[in-house]
Amino acid sequence: MSRVAVLKGGRSLERQVSLRSGARVEDALDRLGHDPVGIDVGADLVDRLRESRPDVAFVALHGRDGEDGTVQELLDTLAIPYTGSRVSACIRAADKVLAKHAMRDREVPTPEFFAFSETAFNELGAAQALPAIQERLGFPIVVKPASQGSALGIKFARTSASVPAALLAAFSYDRKVLLERHVDGRDLAVSIIADGASPRALPIVEAVPVQDEFYDFEARYEFGRTKFSCPAQLPEATAREAIRIALSVFELLGLAGFARVDLMFDDKRDELYALEADVVPGLTDTSLLPQAADAAGIGFDELVQRILDAAV
Amino acid sequence: MKAGAEDGSALRRPPPAKAAAPRPARTATHEIERYGSLFAQRTTVMNSSAMRDLMALTERPEVISLAGGLPDTSTFPPDSYAALMGTVAARACARALQYGPTEGLEAIKDCVREVMAAEGMNIDRGEVLVTSGGQQVIDLVCKTLLDPGDVVVCEAPTYPGAVPTFCSYQAEVVHVAMDDDGMRIDELEQTLARLEGAGRRPKFIYTVPNFHNPAGVTLSGARRHELVRIASEREVLVLEDNPYGMLRYEGPSFPALRSLSEEFVIYAGTFSKILSPGVRLGWAAAPGPVLEKMNIGKQASDLCSSSISQYFVCAYFEAGPWQQYVHSLIEMYRRRRDAMLDALAEHLPHEAYWTHPRGGLFIWVTLPDYIDTTDLLARALEERVAFVPGRAAFVDGRGGSSMRLNFSGVDQEQIREGIRRLGEVIGEQVRLYGTLTGAERVGSRPARAGRAAFPQTGELARILHLPRKHTE
Repeated sequence: MSRVAVLKGGRSLERQVSLRSGARVEDALDRLGHDPVGIDVGADLVDRLRESRPDVAFVALHGRDGEDGTVQELLDTLAIPYTGSRVSACIRAADKVLAKHAMRDREVPTPEFFAFSETAFNELGAAQALPAIQERLGFPIVVKPASQGSALGIKFARTSASVPAALLAAFSYDRKVLLERHVDGRDLAVSIIADGASPRALPIVEAVPVQDEFYDFEARYEFGRTKFSCPAQLPEATAREAIRIALSVFELLGLAGFARVDLMFDDKRDELYALEADVVPGLTDTSLLPQAADAAGIGFDELVQRILDAAV
Repeated sequence: MKAGAEDGSALRRPPPAKAAAPRPARTATHEIERYGSLFAQRTTVMNSSAMRDLMALTERPEVISLAGGLPDTSTFPPDSYAALMGTVAARACARALQYGPTEGLEAIKDCVREVMAAEGMNIDRGEVLVTSGGQQVIDLVCKTLLDPGDVVVCEAPTYPGAVPTFCSYQAEVVHVAMDDDGMRIDELEQTLARLEGAGRRPKFIYTVPNFHNPAGVTLSGARRHELVRIASEREVLVLEDNPYGMLRYEGPSFPALRSLSEEFVIYAGTFSKILSPGVRLGWAAAPGPVLEKMNIGKQASDLCSSSISQYFVCAYFEAGPWQQYVHSLIEMYRRRRDAMLDALAEHLPHEAYWTHPRGGLFIWVTLPDYIDTTDLLARALEERVAFVPGRAAFVDGRGGSSMRLNFSGVDQEQIREGIRRLGEVIGEQVRLYGTLTGAERVGSRPARAGRAAFPQTGELARILHLPRKHTE
């Protein structure tokens, strides 16, 4: 039996999602016979951690502070073991621009992109480069903040006239944004657990939005908004390739414990692309990782135990 | 599915009894699908979790929230509260703890009549249905009148809290534009004629005539007469939602719609803004047959509203003149409104427009159409200030560049600081858009001077025709 600090909430935009993930983890830990201490992360986090003296911390935070290495750095400082990836891997994965550069450097397929900071536009006249970028990427262009999860702030610009407003929206979430070539295809998620010797991929989940344009925030967290298929119905070679790509992303970003890699499958061209890696994937009722685990015969409690076992 | 208590650690539920059979923790794909297939059709139009989750952040203690619709309950004397509860305990303990009649206690109906009289209406006890807040009136009216696909006409924008109600009854909602004098009657007539041409007749017209939530405007006296005339001619009901009528800071008072026609007006009142939203008590006054159906609807919903609350309100009305507290609120809110109007004039870029409410709790701000206020909220939260994105006040996706600001929930200093932060964030976006479109040269003057670069566009005009108010 361990005393486990379940870190949840915080002031990230995904606070509510994190509270749901955290509550489920606490319930599972209760059932597993551990001693969970839920902590809604705030200014008193260090005090709360010192006071509760946990054996280990379960990081159930999503988004800013929780997935970008901030909380992990703090836990390192306090010498508290924690679940999931280490600081440097979190920094690499949470910043989509860094992650995509790393993928491109290692020739892992990822949609072509250009990234800019607010400064580039304000101080360096980057707007002058937009026409060339539009020509290169073609429409629609996906515009997203570099560091936001749950598809918040993602816009599709369909004409060059709508690019500035899309950029403006993305800059509401982060000081750095990226413009990405749109891949028309199927949303796949490969969940990975690394509690043993080598990371292992779970069955692929495909998310098919029922009515929405793409797999957005609503579709992610509301029952009935998305149809899931697990294992995804894919040609065998495609499934194998998707897993190979996901595992190489896991490895090249230096991830640990567990993670989820999102991919797009352009079935007309038979091409796979990695979009991003999530170092603290959602653990809510509608989240993909728990579904994938379930399809592999790993119930939620066992999943939580395995993630905990891999904590260092 | 919610996580329950915001901070589970402080009020943690007891651990499950070890003897109990372990609950299955399965979240298999097919289970999610199975629930999905069980949901009623109407749940698919009940949005939106993104907005809901963002709004949850606005309640964080470090955020200056101009997002709530909250009256300030902090000035209600705790001693009075204790004394009133003491009175309830001494006089009506058993009855307060008991179920009551669906239509409400007789005694509270006298309180309702007093408030109605202050609003210029005389009603009988038999015309009143006591409800759980004004919100329940909206729900009961929908429940009583709407079949899926029925048309409801409302203002553009409309009360954000009514949107999920309309949607959950699968109404087809048609917005009618407003201006500084409230709902535009010419537009209403055109809308009704267009609907009639298509063989449709709305079941009711929903309106907040006084100090509109969220638009902040008031329906003019002349338009009230016209609206009532149209309703009787076409035999369409009007739901007059009047939570803010008593909170008037300036300008003339206009007759309630129900005072002009009892035949076609359903009136929704509430104790939330003149006493406390926590008592969750409101009322409906409606034509007899409608009220009867609403009563049956209420039986099905909750049998009766809280007896404890009703006795509390009765004791409050008995203890002294209830208008005194309302006057103190009016003084406080007027100062806060003025502080917000001044701060808006000082801090918002020239491209922004806003309304000048003569009462109520809200100001409606419209920004250039390239700014999406839902995204802007994320940025504003970073600066620890919050508002309600305008899209919440429409069913058709409009309102994307507008926002609702509340001035009653926080003090003047916080209002000024909140608007300053908001102005900074908006100014930043206006400047950035300038550089993105090349409308302004890199590193040039601040937004306030950049007005000519951003002419109004059609989208803005479609949202709300309101002249900018100059308070200086």
